[in-house]
Amino acid sequence: MTENLLEVHGLRTEFHSGGRRFAAVDGIDFAVRPGEILGIVGESGSGKSATLRSILGLIKPPGRVEGQILWRGQDIQGLAPAALRRIRGAEIAMIFQDPTSALNPVLTIGQQIRESLAAHTDLSATERQRRAIELLDLVGIPAAARRLDDYPYQFSGGIRQRAMIAIALAAKPALLLADEPTTALDVTIQDQIIKLILRLAAELRMSVILVTHDLGVVAESCDRVAVMYAGRIMETAPVASLFQTPRHAYTLGLLQSIPQGRAPRTPLPSIPGVPPRPGDVTKGCGFAPRCSFAEPECRSGRPEARRMAPHHLTWCRRADALPEPA
Amino acid sequence: MTVAIDSAPPRRSHATLIIGTVILAVMLLVALVPGLVAPYDPLRFDYHGTLAPPSLAHLFGTDMYGRDMLSRTLWATRVDLQIAIFSTLAPVIIGSLIGMLIGYYGGIADVVFNRLVDVVVTFPFLVLVIGIVAVLGPGLINLYIAIGLVDWVFFARLARAEILVQCRLDYAHAARGLGYGPARILFRHLLPNAIGPIITYWMTDMALAILLGSSLGYLGLGAQPPLAEWGTLIADGKNFMATAWWITVFPGLAIVIAGFGFSLAGDGVADLLRARE
Repeated sequence: MTENLLEVHGLRTEFHSGGRRFAAVDGIDFAVRPGEILGIVGESGSGKSATLRSILGLIKPPGRVEGQILWRGQDIQGLAPAALRRIRGAEIAMIFQDPTSALNPVLTIGQQIRESLAAHTDLSATERQRRAIELLDLVGIPAAARRLDDYPYQFSGGIRQRAMIAIALAAKPALLLADEPTTALDVTIQDQIIKLILRLAAELRMSVILVTHDLGVVAESCDRVAVMYAGRIMETAPVASLFQTPRHAYTLGLLQSIPQGRAPRTPLPSIPGVPPRPGDVTKGCGFAPRCSFAEPECRSGRPEARRMAPHHLTWCRRADALPEPA
Repeated sequence: MTVAIDSAPPRRSHATLIIGTVILAVMLLVALVPGLVAPYDPLRFDYHGTLAPPSLAHLFGTDMYGRDMLSRTLWATRVDLQIAIFSTLAPVIIGSLIGMLIGYYGGIADVVFNRLVDVVVTFPFLVLVIGIVAVLGPGLINLYIAIGLVDWVFFARLARAEILVQCRLDYAHAARGLGYGPARILFRHLLPNAIGPIITYWMTDMALAILLGSSLGYLGLGAQPPLAEWGTLIADGKNFMATAWWITVFPGLAIVIAGFGFSLAGDGVADLLRARE
């Protein structure tokens, strides 16, 4: 087994709201290996984005991050600001859900790429210019040299996300955090952006954490997937294993609500109930209140991780009682 | 959600900006070379032609010492424009800087600053400035100091609020995520996005400074005679209001036009900055 690029132990991210503290991320562990594409799926508010922002240290007080975030074995949280800045952007880069708001509206795309290059490389001004054109070319923006002096508003949504990726990749990071990079885009563009990210990950030997709520995207792009619910990881497994033999009641429910391979005009199963609101404290398994397999013990204590296969972990007590998906 | 493929910002009429800028440009020209546009020496007495109504020789009439009101009003432009610029320049720079730092870093400085704002806004601006001038003594330099001591708070408040808004936007997170330092994030990323309202308010504030300067001049706390300043000119004419209206009306009009120019220019700049987004 190769060494992990990123290891997260007991990550807990708390926010303040209405005078109360609540955990958006409630004690999760996971790791990313070099070159691996890890998917994190979950509903809105399940803590996916907060996880990514915690890794990059973007949670500002009064928000609070606890636990260990090990980058190449070194805890990021204890680092001095200058040392943290050398990792941010240079080794770990992030792209956001809405490229329109994630690009600075008053700087041209060229300025923003060159700035990232200036911050993290020793290139001269002319080399930065040349590299900026290469980067736009790399992310598939046509007529790259001419578009360098355009402002973000002059691009379409898909091109903006490509430009955002170009900025993020300027310093050749080893890990790309992609926070729902396609949610704000048209369906046809979504596919292009995912393919672009996969191609770049392969070319640059870069790991990716892809946060999404789209199981289809996970199925076509990820090596491994972690399912999040209410701030906790429910199940993590290689993609094929998760889709074939889900070992968590929540995952099973998600997979059953995909309209695929069903007779037409049959009702689609859905998970009853609603996700907990932030601040709702569940003593046992976070999913127990909505789970049709739940037993009294599911509501009492936090479930322990159970290893169902070499790389397949579940936090479901009732894993053995789950039926095979149809 | 649909993704708009927009090509250019909506075309706007820049009429306000153009008119405002033209007014300010003319004022600036007059302020730079009043001797070239003013027909007479603004300080020359003429005891044979005191309180003369507007005529071809004296378009704005003359005052109680026979001084040409047109020349005095034009020369006063220099003083009032000075007041507009000098009394606001330090507040806009220092206030914005302090506000940006407080907005970005927050913490205990933010708490202290907000109490300070509460205290300052509790007093009417004019009363506070009059109080400070009363301590320092009348005169233009002390007027600048008095306005500056109070005015920076308003710019700091504005800049703080703008930075707080910008800080929460994704591009600010992205900039931090790219490993940029606080100075780069503040000045290159946040400031250009936050500066619009600051510039707009500065324009308005310059108009307010002229009004304030004129008010203090009128009260005898600002520009000192024989220096012509719109407020002191109006004060000169107040005793002759019934018989020689032109002494007060023309400097008053000048104040109105100056305020108009700053407001229009401020609005125009605001429109321009909005269009860019």
